[in-house]
Amino acid sequence: MGDVMRVFMLGWEFPPFISGGLGTACYGLTKAMDQLGIKVTFVLPALIRSEYVTHVKLLTPASMMSAGRLMKFGELKNVTFHAINSLLQPYSTPDVYQRQIEETLRLKQQNRGAAVSFVGGVDYSRDMAAEVRRYAAVAVELARNEVFDVVHAHDWMTYPAGIAVAAMSKKPLIVHVHSTEFDRSGEHVNQMIYDVERQGMHAAAKVIAVSYFTRSIIIGRYGVSGEKVEVVHNGVERSSNGGWSLDETGIKKDEKIVLFLGRITMQKGPEYFLAAAKKVLEVMDNVKFVMAGSGDMMHRAVEMAAGLGIGHKVLFTGFLRGEDVQKIYKMADLFVMPSVSEPFGIVPLEALDNDVPVIISKQSGVSEVLRHALKVDFWDVNEIANKIVAVLKYAPLKMTLRSYGNFEVRRLSWKDSAAKCLRIYEEALAAAYC
Amino acid sequence: MASICFYFQVHQPLRLRHYTVFDKDNHYFDDYKNAFICRKVANKCYLPANRLLLDLIRRLDGRFKVAYSLTGVLLEQLQLYAPEVMSTFDALAETGCVEFLAETYYHSLSFLYSRDEFLEQVNKHTETIASLFGQKPRVFRNTELIYNNDLARLIESMGQFDAIISEGADHILGYRSPNFVYRPQNCSKLKLLLKNYALSDDIAFRFSNRAWSEWPLTAEKFARWISNVNGNGYVVNLFMDYETLGEHQWKDTGIFDFMGRLPYEILKHPDNNFKTPSEIVACYEPVGTVDVPHLISWADTERDLSAWLGNAMQSNAIYELYRLEKKIKTASDDKILTDWRRLQTSDHFYYMCTKYFADGDVHKYFNPYGSPYDSYINFMNVLDNLHNRCSGGAAGAVSRELSQSKNQHDLQTVN
Repeated sequence: MGDVMRVFMLGWEFPPFISGGLGTACYGLTKAMDQLGIKVTFVLPALIRSEYVTHVKLLTPASMMSAGRLMKFGELKNVTFHAINSLLQPYSTPDVYQRQIEETLRLKQQNRGAAVSFVGGVDYSRDMAAEVRRYAAVAVELARNEVFDVVHAHDWMTYPAGIAVAAMSKKPLIVHVHSTEFDRSGEHVNQMIYDVERQGMHAAAKVIAVSYFTRSIIIGRYGVSGEKVEVVHNGVERSSNGGWSLDETGIKKDEKIVLFLGRITMQKGPEYFLAAAKKVLEVMDNVKFVMAGSGDMMHRAVEMAAGLGIGHKVLFTGFLRGEDVQKIYKMADLFVMPSVSEPFGIVPLEALDNDVPVIISKQSGVSEVLRHALKVDFWDVNEIANKIVAVLKYAPLKMTLRSYGNFEVRRLSWKDSAAKCLRIYEEALAAAYC
Repeated sequence: MASICFYFQVHQPLRLRHYTVFDKDNHYFDDYKNAFICRKVANKCYLPANRLLLDLIRRLDGRFKVAYSLTGVLLEQLQLYAPEVMSTFDALAETGCVEFLAETYYHSLSFLYSRDEFLEQVNKHTETIASLFGQKPRVFRNTELIYNNDLARLIESMGQFDAIISEGADHILGYRSPNFVYRPQNCSKLKLLLKNYALSDDIAFRFSNRAWSEWPLTAEKFARWISNVNGNGYVVNLFMDYETLGEHQWKDTGIFDFMGRLPYEILKHPDNNFKTPSEIVACYEPVGTVDVPHLISWADTERDLSAWLGNAMQSNAIYELYRLEKKIKTASDDKILTDWRRLQTSDHFYYMCTKYFADGDVHKYFNPYGSPYDSYINFMNVLDNLHNRCSGGAAGAVSRELSQSKNQHDLQTVN
């Protein structure tokens, strides 16, 4: 072990293809590690298309292994990327995976003879559990050619790979829990996923939780000893947005906008947002509620809005990226995150960074780091509505939340998170060699 | 010689209940919480402290004296929830060694926003004290010792006060000592008593602080510090919240033992004695005038108004509150007037303070809300309801100011 820490990181998507908080966190953390001079070998699953990769032929049976070395990512000096060709995606579930694999195979059959769009002749595994194991095997082969001090794996699909790489290399494993199966599925947990998560946490030398909220789930639901579970809160990437212009939005000045931004899934509590909207509209008229995002509860949310008789007041935008996100923040008077169970929740930080005050659920990790936010129980629809009305109605409240909140967010930097991770690596290494 | 003047501030606010924009009734206050806290503080502080001081007065044959400022909102609560405390105050009043001071009945910031309202509240308070304890207050103290030249002028012009009390802040005194009697700028009769904040805070804030180099503070040590004043002043004004005894400094810190010993230790020195504010005023002439053009208070290290008016929410809430004065008073409905006045208690604005939100220190201890934002929202919802009541509108018509004012016009023409 030299002076410079070297990390084998099993992570997720990078810009511009980011679908949620997991990708944002991996990117923010890695970028900050790069600035701290930590050497990172970043491995991620991706559908590899030839235009994005320079191939590295691995000395392994091609039918089983295929990996590509991505070109250097912009300004990151100390990070090298490897993409493993796989259909694994953040927030995927076994059912979704199943549909995806069938679709992919169908496509492949259609394109037989035509230019192959995937690198190497990959055989994806038929089910998700097997694919996770296949991913682990490829990761181990990849790791054989790399030099590193610790293995850092983000969320459950990479845990088996983390365990395997750590075992092969005899380096300590750190697993980073961005969400648990209990957050995603409530009490209807998928046993396979739970088992994988549990195994990863128990095999790890250190477990990093994104909040105390998540730490208590890890200890309480997964039986992990509290001593090895550390909390590293997420940071926020400061956007360099310019001024505030209302004209470009085409929204009437006297019309207030309340924003929900995130996946429309059980975990995010979209039904509480709509129920609160209904109550707000009982006492105010000039408000529109915007739901930006997609997810498996999208259709139910649309139906629910119609059922409540507020269909004309609720706009669904679908999934938004990049510039569109900035635009929606410029329009919004208020951001609401009524998550049922939110391990962290980066979006409120982004909202504050964009000068939008926030209401967040107390059942979220981010409420541990934010003071200048309004906090509610996700189920307390009356109180959510009460607070929405107050922000829209009382300008000094909005102003104070916005200015103090924006100031507070500046102190939450990924650099601090990265520095904490570094300390955890050092502790894990010290424990491993004594 | 050194005269020691103890004055205790006794106050409990009427806390609001959780009141949302959907609430429509006229019941704003959290009776359960207020009763609970009143009884708790009565048991921890008011009862044992009153008994202790009464006992000291009797044992020392009247050589121990104190002054109190009891707010109207506290007295109302004591009568309702802890009447036994009232009888111990009666007993204290009967000793002749206890002076009661005047202030605004509702512990309000009315001096800053409405002179009329301020005078009405001061008169209401002095009348209440006179009827309860048989003495008409001759010394005035304003809420949180908020003070400037204008206040002193106003108080002098009322013609019923001999002195006014304020904070002995360094930036108004400069090199001068608070251990003298002064005259407010532009006043000809009124005298000014200034708090010796160093010695007062040794008891009120530092008494149980183990990180303090003088910990533990014994009565002997404190009496020595007091005697050191001899030759450099003739009065030591020890002003503090009464809740220091047993509530801020818990019983197990030894605060009651300290207070029980202190008068004996102080009186060991033949030059020392205890005096009430009125006795101080009768005894000593001013040594100079003190000019306070800008407002000061006894709060925090800044000694300014930022704890109550430091952010946009606070200024907005209090501005909106006093803007209703005319409407409230023309409505001539006692219930509405009382509710409006109860909303003036300074604590409501203190809860909205974001200054120390980060550190979660002393401000948090007194705050029934999870955050300053929650307290602002709650207050504004209540105020909105009150506004509707005095506008003659139905109590349920909410947020009309914001959306269509159509309703409002309709209702007003009906009137």
